[in-house]
Amino acid sequence: MCGIVGLFLKDKSLEPQLGTLLSEMLVTMTDRGPDSAGIAIYGADQNDLVKLTIQSPAPETDFAGLTEDLRKAGITNASILPKSTHAVITVSGDQLDATRTALEELRPDVRIMGTGSAMEIYKEVGLPKDVLERFKISDMTGTHGIGHTRMATESAVTTLGAHPFSTGSDQCLVHNGSLSNHNNLRRELTREGIRLETQNDSEVAAGYLTGEMAKGKNLGEALTSALDDLDGFFTFVVGTKSGFGVVRDPIACKPAVMAETDAYVAFGSEYRALVNLPGIEDAKVWEPEPATVYFWEH
Amino acid sequence: MPVFDLATTELRALNQALHALDKSGASENFEVTNPRGAHAVAVGIDAPVNVTIDGSVGYYCAGMNEKANITVNGNAGPGVAENMMSGKVVIKGDASQYAGATAHGGLLVIEGNASSRCGISMKGVDIVVKGNIGHMSAFMAQSGNLVVLGDAGDALGDSLYEARLFVRGTVKSLGADCEKKEMRAEHIEVLTKLLADAGITDVKPEEFTRYGSARTLYNFNVDNFDAY
Repeated sequence: MCGIVGLFLKDKSLEPQLGTLLSEMLVTMTDRGPDSAGIAIYGADQNDLVKLTIQSPAPETDFAGLTEDLRKAGITNASILPKSTHAVITVSGDQLDATRTALEELRPDVRIMGTGSAMEIYKEVGLPKDVLERFKISDMTGTHGIGHTRMATESAVTTLGAHPFSTGSDQCLVHNGSLSNHNNLRRELTREGIRLETQNDSEVAAGYLTGEMAKGKNLGEALTSALDDLDGFFTFVVGTKSGFGVVRDPIACKPAVMAETDAYVAFGSEYRALVNLPGIEDAKVWEPEPATVYFWEH
Repeated sequence: MPVFDLATTELRALNQALHALDKSGASENFEVTNPRGAHAVAVGIDAPVNVTIDGSVGYYCAGMNEKANITVNGNAGPGVAENMMSGKVVIKGDASQYAGATAHGGLLVIEGNASSRCGISMKGVDIVVKGNIGHMSAFMAQSGNLVVLGDAGDALGDSLYEARLFVRGTVKSLGADCEKKEMRAEHIEVLTKLLADAGITDVKPEEFTRYGSARTLYNFNVDNFDAY
């Protein structure tokens, strides 16, 4: 089953509430999937700086002294903000690759959940309420975000198998459905140099969109190509640094409801997820059409 | 008139009160407020009760309905009036996928649009949609009438049995073994009654096209192998 949500704010005055609104939406979808939960949130773009959201099975030991170790390794202005099993490392934009390499050597058990100048990703095994509280998501501000609660079908219930998946800078995806050509596509993407970490089908979809956008397509064009190249059932909600997109496969058996007002565009697997949003009574509410790409840009 | 506010009352209390009604008794009026997309609102009723729901509902509203007259002042999620036996269900807004699936009887009126698989495997229900319907509607429909004032999506009536489909607008494509049929006097009569029952007065039955089964897939024929 799985439950997915997304919220793209048009009205800046709602930005302080993004974490709270998105958390409420995701918790409402808990009974669509109890296995794991996650959220990707886009905050303020920090000039020339880039954030790496990392995760560790042993955060106490892995995060202790990591700032100093990174600085010694040449990442001179690294800073780290731990949040439970995750931490956000901030470095200069030109030191992203060097930081990746340094992390592999210094902390081999640490996994990078995502990178970008605006995006942070938090995901863990457990119910949405517990996962969101653990990372204090309701305190977060931002411009847009997506969330997922999982009922696992295609790969194991692990932190790395949780959504959202990020395979490119400031890019993330949540998926309700299952893909049938992901193994073949994974091999092709790996050959093209897209880094994939799991055996999960949804990560392949994220990697596919990253690959298409790397070829110069915008989010809408990449989603249109996905309709031809991805086989299976899917409702995707996708975030980029300034964009928010939705697409469903042509059969469209995975549910989707959208709402739009002057203040926001919202997505939920069910209408229940949207009922606490401000002004929902007067929002335009509709079901996205099958095989039709929807996307918004800031 | 009993009023159930689902913001403060358990859904189960509503459904139990509806199930406790006398099957043959005089009709009562129930009002349901703040459904907020809840699943299974007013399901399994077997009494001539009037239920008005103010707001949008989630999955399976009015499922298995028998005798009740249910109105939703909002949108309905997937599977509204699934397996209805009799009675009347009116959705003032849009309905999600598989509205009226497998329903045996009664009348389902959707005043907005219905999405994919509307009337899938319908077995005697009458469905009237004022707007459009999505793809794969009336898939394997066995009997009953599907009336659409707007347009129909892809693969209308795929593998159809004996249900009658009436579409006023365009049909994007017909499914396997579904074909356009002649509109005879008996069909005009059926349609006139259904439009009246649905409270539609500004549309003439002559504006519709009838579709039905070509009946070539009823029995296995090796020449049809590619169609399976």
